[in-house]
Amino acid sequence: MSASGPSGDHLLRWRDRARRRGVTPTVWLVVPGALFMVVFFVYPVCYGVGLSFQGTQGWSSAYRDFFADRLVNNHGSRRSILITLELALAASVVNVVLAVPIAYRMRGRVRAKRALIAVVLVPMTLGTVFVASAMKEFLGPSGWLNRALLGIGAIEQPLPLVGNVTGVLLSLVFTGLPFAFLLMVGYTSGIDPGLDKAAAVCGARPAQRFWLVTFPLLLPGMTITFCLSFVLAFGVFPSATLVGNDAGPTRVLSKVAYTEYSYGHYPTASAAAVVMAVVQLAVLGLVLSARGLLHRGPTTGGKG
Amino acid sequence: MTGRGCGGALRIDALRREFGSFTALEGLELDVPAGEFVALLGPSGCGKSTALNLLAGLLDPTTGTISLDGRRIDRLPPEQRGIAMVFQNYALFPHLTVADNIAFGLRMRGCPKPERAERVRRALDLVRLRAQADRYPRQLSGGQQQRVAIARAVVVEPRLVLMDEPLSNLDASLRLDLRTEIRALHQQLSLTTIYVTHDQTEALSLADRLVVLRDGAVQQVGTPAEVYERPANAFVAGFVGYRNSLPGTLTGGVFDAGDLVLRVGGYGTDRPAPGPAVAMIRPEDLLLVREPAAGSGNEVPLDVRVCEYQGRGFAIEGSGPGGQLLHCRSDRSFRPGERAVAVVAPDRVRLFARPQTETPTPDRALPVDGQPS
Amino acid sequence: MTDVAATSTGQAAPPPVGAARRPPGYTLTGAVTWGGLWVFVGGLLLAVASVLLASLTTQLADGWLPRGYTTRWYTQSWTTFGLGRLLVTTVEVGVAVVAVTLAVALPTAYVLARLTFPGRRLLLLLFLVPQVVPVMTYAVPLATLVYRLRLNDTLAGIVLVNLVPAIPFAVLVLLPFVEQVDPRIEQAARVCGATNRRVFVHILGPLLVPGLLAAGVLTLVRVVGQFELTFLVSGPDSQTLVVALYGAAVQAGELASQEINAMATVYMATTLTLLLVALRVVDPTAVAARDGRSSR
Repeated sequence: MSASGPSGDHLLRWRDRARRRGVTPTVWLVVPGALFMVVFFVYPVCYGVGLSFQGTQGWSSAYRDFFADRLVNNHGSRRSILITLELALAASVVNVVLAVPIAYRMRGRVRAKRALIAVVLVPMTLGTVFVASAMKEFLGPSGWLNRALLGIGAIEQPLPLVGNVTGVLLSLVFTGLPFAFLLMVGYTSGIDPGLDKAAAVCGARPAQRFWLVTFPLLLPGMTITFCLSFVLAFGVFPSATLVGNDAGPTRVLSKVAYTEYSYGHYPTASAAAVVMAVVQLAVLGLVLSARGLLHRGPTTGGKG
Repeated sequence: MTGRGCGGALRIDALRREFGSFTALEGLELDVPAGEFVALLGPSGCGKSTALNLLAGLLDPTTGTISLDGRRIDRLPPEQRGIAMVFQNYALFPHLTVADNIAFGLRMRGCPKPERAERVRRALDLVRLRAQADRYPRQLSGGQQQRVAIARAVVVEPRLVLMDEPLSNLDASLRLDLRTEIRALHQQLSLTTIYVTHDQTEALSLADRLVVLRDGAVQQVGTPAEVYERPANAFVAGFVGYRNSLPGTLTGGVFDAGDLVLRVGGYGTDRPAPGPAVAMIRPEDLLLVREPAAGSGNEVPLDVRVCEYQGRGFAIEGSGPGGQLLHCRSDRSFRPGERAVAVVAPDRVRLFARPQTETPTPDRALPVDGQPS
Repeated sequence: MTDVAATSTGQAAPPPVGAARRPPGYTLTGAVTWGGLWVFVGGLLLAVASVLLASLTTQLADGWLPRGYTTRWYTQSWTTFGLGRLLVTTVEVGVAVVAVTLAVALPTAYVLARLTFPGRRLLLLLFLVPQVVPVMTYAVPLATLVYRLRLNDTLAGIVLVNLVPAIPFAVLVLLPFVEQVDPRIEQAARVCGATNRRVFVHILGPLLVPGLLAAGVLTLVRVVGQFELTFLVSGPDSQTLVVALYGAAVQAGELASQEINAMATVYMATTLTLLLVALRVVDPTAVAARDGRSSR
C-alpha cells in the first residue's frame, strides 16, 4: 500500500469505495445499451422539445399555432386531442372489458387453448396497416358484413362502418384485443386457484368469489393492461387514415404531427408530438396513481 | 366459539371416486360422531386428499353419499355445505387484512356487523394474533399465516372442519408448536375435524381416531393406540414404525426366515395361520448389545454398518446373517464393521400373513423427523 | 356413534340438487364471453378471407364471390411495387436489427438483472420510458436527426431508427429470463474455476437460449410490423413491406384494388410465416405474462 504513493492510494480508495457500492467491472457491460438510448432516444426527445420552442415567431409560437388551429390542412388540432383521446380510451376500455372474461374462462384447462391463443395472435402479427386495410375491405359498403346484414334484411342501407370513428375503433380493437388478452391470461393464471376454492368453502357463491376474491386480485393487472392498450391505441395512425377519415372526424394527433413534419414545419410537428406525449403520460399517470390505492402484492395465498 | 358441541355428526357411505380408469378412492365408510377428531393417514397418492376434496365439495363423488347431521351434502356445492377448510398452502386472500380474512366466511353467511367484529376478535384471541389484525397475510410468518387460516375456519363455527396437511409447509419446531395448538383448540371447541396427513406422529398425537389409507382403500380404522400397537397388516405396521420386516415362514411358535430363526409369542389372537408370513420389529424393540445376557430373547448376530448418535441413544443399521438390513437401537456406540448381537423379545415380533404386494419401503413410509417430499 | 335414524331420514330427504349443480359455460356471462370471442375470431377470419379473395378476382363483383379467379394480380403487383426488392429490404432490416439488438440487450439485461449499483433504477427507467412514450414523440426529432446525418432513405437509417424501440423492448423481454437463472449456478461455475468469459459461454449462454430466441423472434415480428418509424425515414429506394402497403392503401383510388390486396396477401404470408416460427420458439403467454408470473 505504502509503495503506491499518495495518488495511487487515492485511486485505490476510490476504487474500493466504488466496489463497495456495487460498481464492479461487470457493470460496464451496460454502457453500450445505455449510451445508445441516451444518444438516440433521450437526445432526440430533448431535441424535439427544444425544437418545439423554436417557432417562427417567438418561443411559444409553435404551441400557439397548434392550439389556435393554424396548422397545415387545418381541421382543428385541438379537436384532434379529443378525437385521439376518445378513440384510445374507448378502444382500451373495450379491450380490457372483453379480455378479462375471456382470459378468466381460459385459466383452467380449456380445449384448444393453444390453438385459440395462436389465432388471437394473428392480428397482432399482422399489424395495424394490414388489419386496417382488411377492415376497409370487409366493413366497406360492399363488404361481406354489410352484404350479409342486407341479405338477412337486418338493415336497409349499408351501415357506414368505414370512413368514421366506428371503423377506426373496430380496427383498434382487432389489433389491441389480442395483446390485452395475452396479458390478462398471464394475470389470471397467476392467481392461485386455491383461493377460489377457499372462498367456496368459506361459503361464497360463484359470483361472490369472482367479485370479492378474483376481481380485486386482477385489478392491478387490469390497470397495467389498460395502460399498455392505451399506449398502443394512442400512437397509431394507419387505422385512422385507412379506415377512418383523417381529414376530419378521425384526424388523430400522430397524423397531425406527421403532416406538419412532411411539410417541413419541424417546430409545429415537434409541438404536436410533445402535446401527444404530455396527454398520454397524463392519462397513464392518472390511471397508475389510482392503482396505487389498490392492493399491490402477491396473488397467491401463501408461501410460494 | 360458543364452546362445546357445535360440531356435526358426519357419515360417509361407500364413497368412491374414479379419475378415468383410475380409482382414487374406493368404498370409504366412516361414521364420525360430533366433536371427534379423525385423521386420514397414508403416503402420497393414497386417496386421502381425494377424500377431503370430496367432503369439501371440490370434487364430485362417482358413487356414495356424505351426510352431515343426517342431511345429504354430497351433491351440494361447497358454499352450501356449512364446512370450513384449512389448506396446505394457507390460501389466505392476499388483498384482505387478517381480520377481513377471518371475517370473510361470516360476511358470506350474512352475519351482522357488530356480531361479526366480536366473533373475529374472539377468533383472533384464540390464535393469539390480536396485534396482527390489520396486517396483510404477506406480512406474517408461515406459522402466523396458518393460524389465521385456522381462525378463518373455526370462526364460522362449522359443523365440520377439514384440514389438508396444514403443517407440512412449516419448519420442524413450528410444526410441533402448531400441532399442540391445533390439539388444544380442538379440545376447547370440539369441532368435528377431518385431518389429512402423511406424517404418522402428527396423526397419532392429534387424532381421536385414525383411518389408514393405501391406494384408495382403507387399511385400518382405530384409535391411535390400537393402530400403533396392533397394526392390522404389514403396510400399516411399516407405516407406524415397524421398520424391520423379514419375510419367512411361520410354523408353530417359530418363525423361520432362512438364515435366522425367531421364537415368537404374545399377541396370540393376532397371529396369522402357519405358512408364509412377514415378521416385523420396531427398531426400538431390537436392542444391540456386545454380550447378550442369557435368556433375554431372540439373538440375531449383526454386522454394524452405520451408527448414528441420537441424543438419548444410538440408532444402528447393520446386516443380519442372511444380509438382511436391520435397524436397531442401543445406548452404546458401535464402530462400523463391529460384530454385535441384536436382541428382541419374542412378544415384540409382530407377524402378518405375507401380503400379496410389496410392503412399502420403510424409508418413504416412516418420516422419523425429516419430511419425505 | 351417529344415530342411525337421523341418517336414514337424511337419505329419504328431498333428492339431491345434483341437476342444478355448477352448469359450466352455460351461464349468461359465459355466453357473452364465448360469443364475443367467436365474433372476434370470425370477423378476423372473414376479413383475412376477403382480402385473399379480392386479390384473386378477375373483376370486381356484385355478389358474394368473384366471377372468375386469376393470379395475374400477383405478377402485376410484383412488378408495380417491386415486391422482391421490398421483401429483401424487409429481411435485411429485420436481420440487422435483431442481431444488433440482441448483442446490445443481452449484456444490459444481465447487468440490470444481476447487479445492484447506484443508478440502476434510473437505467431501468431509461429502458422503460420508450415503451410508454408515443412513437411520434421521438420519431419526429429522430427522423430529423437521421436526415441531418444523411442516412435518410438508406438501409442504415431504417435499421438505426428501428433499434430505438427494439433495444429496450428486448432488454425487458430478457430481464425475467436472466432472473430465472439461479445466480448460484454461476457461483458454482466460478467456484469450479470458470472465468467470466467461460461462465458466459458455457453456463449462461446455453441457459439463456430460450430467452434469446424469444427476444429475437418478438423483435423480428415487431420490426417487420413497425410502421411509423420506418415510414418517416424511408424513401423510394428503401421501403419495407408495411410502408409500401400503407402507401398503396392510401392511394387506393389510383391502383386496382386487386393489386393492393395481392400485396397485402404477400405481406400477410410473410408475417404469418414469422408467427408460425415464433410460436414454435416462444410460449406467447409466458412472455406476455412475465409480470403476472406465479411463484408456484
